[in-house]
Amino acid sequence: MPVQRVKFYQVGSFAAGNRLLAGDQQSVQSEPGRTNSLNCGHRACQGCGEALGARYALDAAMRATNRQLIAVNATGCLEVFSTPYPETSWQIPWIHSLFGNAPAVATGVAAALRAKGRRDVRVVGQGGDGGTVDIGFACLSGMFERNDDVLFICYDNEAYMNTGVQRSGATPPAARTATTPAVGPEPGNSFGQGKNAPLIALAHQIPYVATATVAGLRDLEYKVQRAMELHGARYLHILVPCPLGWGSAPSDTIKIARLAEQTGLFPVFEAVGGEVVSVSPIRRKAPVEDYLRLQSRYSHLFGTPAGAEVIARLQQLADANIARFGLLESRRDDAYALSAEEAQ
Amino acid sequence: MNKPFAITLDPGSSLANKTGSWRTERPVYVDLLPPCNHACPAGENIQQWLYYAEEGASQDTGQAGYDTGQDTGQVGYEMAWRQIMRDNPLPAIMGRVCYRPCETACNRAQLDAPVGINAVERFLGDEAIRHGWTVPVSAPDSGKRVLIVGAGPSGLSAAYHLRLLGHQVTLRDSAAVLGGMLRFGIPAYRLPRDILDAEVGRILAMGVTWEGGQQVTDINTAMVNGGFDAAFLAVGAQRGKRAYIPAGDSARILDAVTMLHSMDGAQRPQLGRRVAIYGGGNTAMDAARTARRLGAADAVVVYRRTRDRMPAHDIEVEEATDEGVRMMWLSTIARADEGTLTIEKMKLDEAGFPQPTGEFTELAADTVVLALGQEAELALLDGVAGITIADGVVQVGPDLMTGHPGIFAGGDMVPAERTVTVAIGHGKKAARSIDAYLRGEAATTTDGVRHATGDSAAAPLAANTVPAGQPAPRLADFSRLNTWYYSDAPATVRPQLAAARRISTFDEVTGGLDESTALFEARRCMSCGNCFECDNCYGVCPDNAVINLGPGRRYEIDLDYCKGCGICAAECPCGAIDMIPEQI
Repeated sequence: MPVQRVKFYQVGSFAAGNRLLAGDQQSVQSEPGRTNSLNCGHRACQGCGEALGARYALDAAMRATNRQLIAVNATGCLEVFSTPYPETSWQIPWIHSLFGNAPAVATGVAAALRAKGRRDVRVVGQGGDGGTVDIGFACLSGMFERNDDVLFICYDNEAYMNTGVQRSGATPPAARTATTPAVGPEPGNSFGQGKNAPLIALAHQIPYVATATVAGLRDLEYKVQRAMELHGARYLHILVPCPLGWGSAPSDTIKIARLAEQTGLFPVFEAVGGEVVSVSPIRRKAPVEDYLRLQSRYSHLFGTPAGAEVIARLQQLADANIARFGLLESRRDDAYALSAEEAQ
Repeated sequence: MNKPFAITLDPGSSLANKTGSWRTERPVYVDLLPPCNHACPAGENIQQWLYYAEEGASQDTGQAGYDTGQDTGQVGYEMAWRQIMRDNPLPAIMGRVCYRPCETACNRAQLDAPVGINAVERFLGDEAIRHGWTVPVSAPDSGKRVLIVGAGPSGLSAAYHLRLLGHQVTLRDSAAVLGGMLRFGIPAYRLPRDILDAEVGRILAMGVTWEGGQQVTDINTAMVNGGFDAAFLAVGAQRGKRAYIPAGDSARILDAVTMLHSMDGAQRPQLGRRVAIYGGGNTAMDAARTARRLGAADAVVVYRRTRDRMPAHDIEVEEATDEGVRMMWLSTIARADEGTLTIEKMKLDEAGFPQPTGEFTELAADTVVLALGQEAELALLDGVAGITIADGVVQVGPDLMTGHPGIFAGGDMVPAERTVTVAIGHGKKAARSIDAYLRGEAATTTDGVRHATGDSAAAPLAANTVPAGQPAPRLADFSRLNTWYYSDAPATVRPQLAAARRISTFDEVTGGLDESTALFEARRCMSCGNCFECDNCYGVCPDNAVINLGPGRRYEIDLDYCKGCGICAAECPCGAIDMIPEQI
């Protein structure tokens, strides 16, 4: 269960840390000596979800591997804002590849380490949704198929953000992007299958597939830790809101990620060997409007009868996720609460 | 220059890029006034003592290095108790009889249920009695002597605080035993006498001179004869108000104050099987519940208005009805005869005042208990220059000094809400004012108008937490909180004696929390408006621009790199971060 049960009430396992928690119960992000894999001075926008998600994930991976880690980074926002020549924000061994070949480069790094007999050094590949879901998809699927010893992390901000917010295979229906403008009879991105990368990864029956958001720090850290305990191909898909591309307030980044989870639009689960083994239950269910209203990429949906119909269709998508993953079934009133005995 | 192909620069760090220059707003850590502290008439720093109590009996969990004991070795509960004792010397008593304005104000009420502050206070008070914790008098002897008239909660509170300030204190009361209304007004089922004796005894042991059974009839003479430099009057309001009720020869009418008072004597009052209580305040509830315990099969509260206009507190009314006390709303007693009362029905006029309707009914009652409010007995002030008495109470300034220099007054005999908690707050405030007076410092009156504020909440607090000249801190209201981060944790309800059992006994009705549940309650506190070091701001900053200063030292914003996104403020659980515009 990704929810870490800790014997403290005030903020339980939701906040990063707490003065009453022993060191081993603290999150990685609350440690004064965390790696800060992605350091200050990077040029990500105010309130960037991807910068936050990358530090969460890599700091956790650094702790899990006893700081024996190499990261391979696809081209994309994360690479652009972190390494304008000659500066770098990375405080870990880090290599930049092309837009489309990061999984293949990661495979190569893992093979080189194996050849050198370095079983202690682990490999993480990472990229945005464009580099993962679209351009790098063949390399990713090949990496899965060969079961190479790589954890690949996709930071999903649902479009090509660094080139100017173009639609990707991960862009949700009705969202406005530069290439899916809010005009015509069906404004914004079309309703369709898109590419659900976590479920496609699941179909490869690799050792570990999980989703997470930047709103669930402890859940995210748990999943990185779990992934690094396993070998073979592993995939972690992290939802990272983008204030620029989504048209949201920089301060709302975590709130929006939380709403994506609490509406059911972004199901958070983990799967081992192709089977879903746990889901994060919805704790405070919210209608999709609450999520959409905070983002100007959906502003065309509000105030028109046609828009209301679209919102209803998006609500159906959320409800389908809730039904498919049982996001409310596993909900108990005490799912997140501790009893007095447990508090001791 | 031995660089790879096409490379001309050494690798550099992004630390060279000071992204702080992007900022238009900056986060600022603030400390706000929690609503519990704001509401406490005794001016307790509730959030602070809950913070200590969260650590439990010992610091067996958590990070090392938090400043908890100020090098005294005290941890958790004892620290919490000592924090209460800075303001209120009677926590075990208050943990039983306070009407909990703090819990009414608690922000957690809007999330699930308010923190059981009162229950935790009681637990801490009982812990102190069990362990024999005391407060040492460390101030040097001032050489000044203060007379306190009245050994109720206000007088006891003043005595305690004056002793801590180094003054000699003589406590005088017409009764032979200490406690005032705590003993003679509050029934034992709400306040067991061993608890009362323990807390009162602890104050006496601090070197207070106790002169029981001595009525002060003339304050001027008493001060001159005793060589006192100042006096604090806290004689309370002990005389039950009477109402004219046409009555037959054998009608039995007594007043609630006298009745409750006699409960502490050898001879308990004989009330009969059917008792009518006239009035709608807390004293009426106490009288009705006491009547039930004395064997009355039927105890009826006759009140001329409606429940929502009743001055009694909700808890009291609920507990009384649970015990089978009946309520007759919109009713007055028109006539009392042996065994029967004539009740006139009332109706409220547009202004909300009850008006007679001319409809009458009969109510069987062996005794009528009048609980129509109480008056102060102020004869000891006769002939004292400068004293103003209005509406039956002594007028005092914000510092609680009467119009006569050196004579202060508090508790039920001055204009204020009449509760034990207000009285304790007055005792503290008066002690500090008397201390200032004795040291020759100007009293901190600002408007020159001598009145005690009826707004019991703000006044004592402002006097003890905000240094003079500084504005009162802003209130930490619910809208500032990010409640997502607080675990779902409903309140722990204190056990109550089954109603059937409690009407036949004077055992304490409300039980206490045990150690684990008290800790649970303390940890439900949301620390509204004040950082409790959850590390969330440090965790959620996308720019690593929050510096963790280490246990007990909180955080600092690294303005070189903070871009001003505001995530830290939005995700602070307790609303302790403001975003303020940069000066451009």
